[in-house]
Amino acid sequence: MTAAGIAAAVRSGQRTARSVLEEHLGRIAAAEADVHAFNLVLHESARAAADAVDAAVAAGRDPGVLAGVPVALKDNLCTRGVPTTCSSRILDGWTPPYDATVVRRLAAEGAVVVGKTNLDEFAMGSSTENSAFGATRNPHDLGRVPGGSSGGSAAAVAAGFAALALGSDTGGSIRQPAALCGVVGAKPTYGLVSRYGLIAFASSLDQIGPFAGSVADAALLLDAISGPDPLDSTSLRDAPPPASARLGAGVDGLRVGVVAELAAAEGISADVVARTREAADALAAAGAKVDEVSVPAAVYGLSAYYLIAPAEASSNLARYDGVRYGLRERGDPGGAGDITDMYLKTRSRGFGAEVKRRIMLGTYALSAGYYDAYYGKAQRVRTLIIRDFAAAYERFDVLLAPTAPSTAFALGEKTADPITMYLNDVCTIPSNLAGHPAISVPFGCGDDGLPVGVQVLAPALGETVMFQAAAALEAAAPPAHVPVTLGGGASQ
Amino acid sequence: MSAATAGDAPAVAWETVIGLEVHAELRTATKLFCGCRNSFGEEPNTNVCPVCLGLPGSLPVLNKAAVEYAMRIGSALHCGIQASIFHRKNYFYPDMPKDYQISQYDVPINVDGWLELSGGERIGIVRAHLEEDTGKTTHVGGGGRIHEAGYSLVDFNRAGVPLVEIVSAPDIRSSEQARSYVEELRAILVATGASDGKMEEGSLRVDANVSVRPAGSGGFGTRCEIKNMNSLRSLGRAIEYEAARQVAVVQGGGEVVQETRHWDEAAGRTGSMRSKEEAYDYRYFPEPDLVPVDPGEAWISAVASALPPLPASRRAAVAGASGMDASSDAVATVVRLGLDPFVEAVAGGPGSRENVAAIAVRRLANEVAAEIDSVGRLSPASFAALVRMEADGSLTAAQSRTVLKELLASGGEPKEVAGRLGFEAMAAGDLEAVVEEVIAAHPEEWARFLAGEDKLTGFFVGHIKVATEGRANLGAASALLRALRG
Amino acid sequence: MATRISASDVAHVARLARLELTGEELDRFTGQLGAVLEHARDVEALDVAGVPPTAHPLPLVNVLRDDVVTPSLDRDEVLAQAPSVESHRFRVPRILGEEP
Ligand SMILES: [Mg+2]
Ligand SMILES: [Zn+2]
Repeated sequence: MTAAGIAAAVRSGQRTARSVLEEHLGRIAAAEADVHAFNLVLHESARAAADAVDAAVAAGRDPGVLAGVPVALKDNLCTRGVPTTCSSRILDGWTPPYDATVVRRLAAEGAVVVGKTNLDEFAMGSSTENSAFGATRNPHDLGRVPGGSSGGSAAAVAAGFAALALGSDTGGSIRQPAALCGVVGAKPTYGLVSRYGLIAFASSLDQIGPFAGSVADAALLLDAISGPDPLDSTSLRDAPPPASARLGAGVDGLRVGVVAELAAAEGISADVVARTREAADALAAAGAKVDEVSVPAAVYGLSAYYLIAPAEASSNLARYDGVRYGLRERGDPGGAGDITDMYLKTRSRGFGAEVKRRIMLGTYALSAGYYDAYYGKAQRVRTLIIRDFAAAYERFDVLLAPTAPSTAFALGEKTADPITMYLNDVCTIPSNLAGHPAISVPFGCGDDGLPVGVQVLAPALGETVMFQAAAALEAAAPPAHVPVTLGGGASQ
Repeated sequence: MSAATAGDAPAVAWETVIGLEVHAELRTATKLFCGCRNSFGEEPNTNVCPVCLGLPGSLPVLNKAAVEYAMRIGSALHCGIQASIFHRKNYFYPDMPKDYQISQYDVPINVDGWLELSGGERIGIVRAHLEEDTGKTTHVGGGGRIHEAGYSLVDFNRAGVPLVEIVSAPDIRSSEQARSYVEELRAILVATGASDGKMEEGSLRVDANVSVRPAGSGGFGTRCEIKNMNSLRSLGRAIEYEAARQVAVVQGGGEVVQETRHWDEAAGRTGSMRSKEEAYDYRYFPEPDLVPVDPGEAWISAVASALPPLPASRRAAVAGASGMDASSDAVATVVRLGLDPFVEAVAGGPGSRENVAAIAVRRLANEVAAEIDSVGRLSPASFAALVRMEADGSLTAAQSRTVLKELLASGGEPKEVAGRLGFEAMAAGDLEAVVEEVIAAHPEEWARFLAGEDKLTGFFVGHIKVATEGRANLGAASALLRALRG
Repeated sequence: MATRISASDVAHVARLARLELTGEELDRFTGQLGAVLEHARDVEALDVAGVPPTAHPLPLVNVLRDDVVTPSLDRDEVLAQAPSVESHRFRVPRILGEEP
């Protein structure tokens, strides 16, 4: 059942939110031990929330547009009174005293939060293997990764643990796991969704976005959480473009550009290239005017990203120092060490290797003598990417590109070499650097039978046309692979 | 300042070069980036929220009033006010919740201004930028000294309080000038309403960059930054000490090391704070959680036109009304203590003359300044009435001072107080009778006076003063003496 | 053009970032950071003279808040999260370095 279907049934009294929830908790009970999508399942508070929705319906009050829809939250979104870990030891024992803005909006719309999902520590990674609490597994093949960093949210939707989920996307952390798990995932325009309460990785790139089983459900969730927030200075001031406005409008006459540099980027596997081509053909068959387009600076995106994101992260993660919350480690039980010893011990034991790697990389990129060569230059490349996209959008309404270079890879396959792992984000990063929206839609399978995702990219605030094109792509997509956790086969 | 040379070295005159960095806390209701109360002296860690505690996921939102106060300060200091951005200054310290400070770095809101000292000299202002304050650390054990303490305790009530950091050009040449600069800056801050300027509560904090050079040389010596001066007195002492220390280092054949030094008030010396091999690298970069501030012409001119009269123009006004020198101490004191409305009341009244206002300035700079905490009992109107009584001879200067002290101590109206003290104006005939009595009592001195010994005027006036118990108008008495001589 | 990162560079940034590395970690991270920076050579080599930096993907300016007090957090709730507390303040080990 879709999220929209659940909300309609609950609002009309046809189904209770509680029965919907129990159905999802049942699937969690059956398969969560295999998948490990969650850091925490919130059985009791979810039941209380579902009962409150049912009470509202019974009392004739409007229960909200997401009435009774089970939603999973990436565990880097602050939830008042509920541990929020970022899958890191350094936040050990911390319970936020406040809710993220998106969490408040979900509650106001009657959504039922079922749990906090696993992620790569502080959202740094592309496989959800960099978690202090163990890896999440892909519901389509338990020997493979779900992608990352929002792998827990993607897996939760794919496995039917939640109808919807929220993730965060800094360089592809929603879209890449969505592609690998065969679900829809969107990164909105920077500023469309408030970041207040999203634990920062790279502030100028981070955006919260939806995971769903369908384009329409993703649009429903995005419309529920987007809009100005006085608590986030970088949230856009005007009413957001509705994602759901033109879902059934088709693509007749729409101008679609296939991004040459990304469709054939280094390391993109042949089956993914083929599915992207077929997606373009499918849109053309539906009436779109499809052509190839060049976004030359996009090829520099990956390098620029791996200077900018770590630089911002090195500063954002300085606050984990053992003074006010979370982990504190002292070098010596006798207490003879000074505060610098405490900082060193706390941070060295609290952070995992990938986080340390990026903190050091970012510290280096900002340090005296290197700022201009690294951080400064990367910010200028960002300008070039924005300019090249602007030129492309003079000729096209939306762009098309692969999401991830391959289908889901095996657990442990890419953990040894950071660069190989970083290459996962090559097609998703340009949108983050530009602040533009992009959505990954499942489009058939790879040679191994596992899901492939194709991205629709749009200019800033182009959500309406982006979801319009994405819905058309979804309608034209070949039959999907069914997750093994839902009784599907290992391959076609 | 020309510091005296040490030892037997050839006489080289040394010049001290000083630049001051003043951090002023702004008088906003809330902090710079969150809605917590900006309030001094409350229970620890009660004015804190996710933002000013640096909790994960929190984001800053800029306080409009802080921007407006910063613009007032910039406008009062004749700065250019421009579109500005915030940077992050990264360093680990336990009073800094995020382990970075949000501060304006290379594009501050106010640049290139000047401040005119009460003596008339102009000191350049390089910049006046917005930034957030840190929390407050208490050191436990070791007599409260940071390095001897066993551990420290942190209160974040002050974390995030808005500051404007005002950086002067290295135009200051003496400890007296440095004190005068801070006094003038404080007066401007108070006048604009931007800050309460309380050094003792830490809402005004001064760091000094001090270097020395041979007098007349164009270059700059290596500077040291002096911190921890909690009063104007310690600012002066610290600069004097540090300049002398640097001269001694250079004359001893050494080199001054650029470093931060801590003023130890009790020991009366500056000491190095340098730790082992720690290098600072603040890794500034644009704060991605905030957007630029571009006040624009309309806001800037609205702020400029709403500024109250500032000390320099108020001194000019008092000087103009009284005929006194605008750079005189008395005028500076009147303005510094905010007593110029009293001068206005005199100058604006009927029959006002310049000398009336001059009398007013002297009374304000002396008697009123000495009892400034009681000034609330004195209304400008009754002060003006008192000064006019003195000017027209109804009260002597001594009587006027006595009445003024009484007004400051207990309030009231000058006529009534003067009457109660028996300071009735002496009728001309009464004065004449007293003068004749005094002359009759001292025939010998009177004869010498008549013979041209002018200095005896004082002798007779003194006796008249005693005989009238100070009620005589002494100017009138000496005029009467001269008239009787013919 | 910046040169490839050395072990002493890595040790320096680790210290700046308050991370303590074992000898083995220092070697491993030096190699890995070197590889990432090597990959970034295409960006380093790019001529971007005259191209302004983009710090922010948004054109927003003047996002300001009215100076109105909002409720602070409950102190007990705040301090309950702290590793060490004394006299309603956060307790930290002694501070040896100078305040920057
Ligand atoms: Mg400062
Ligand atoms: Zn606060």
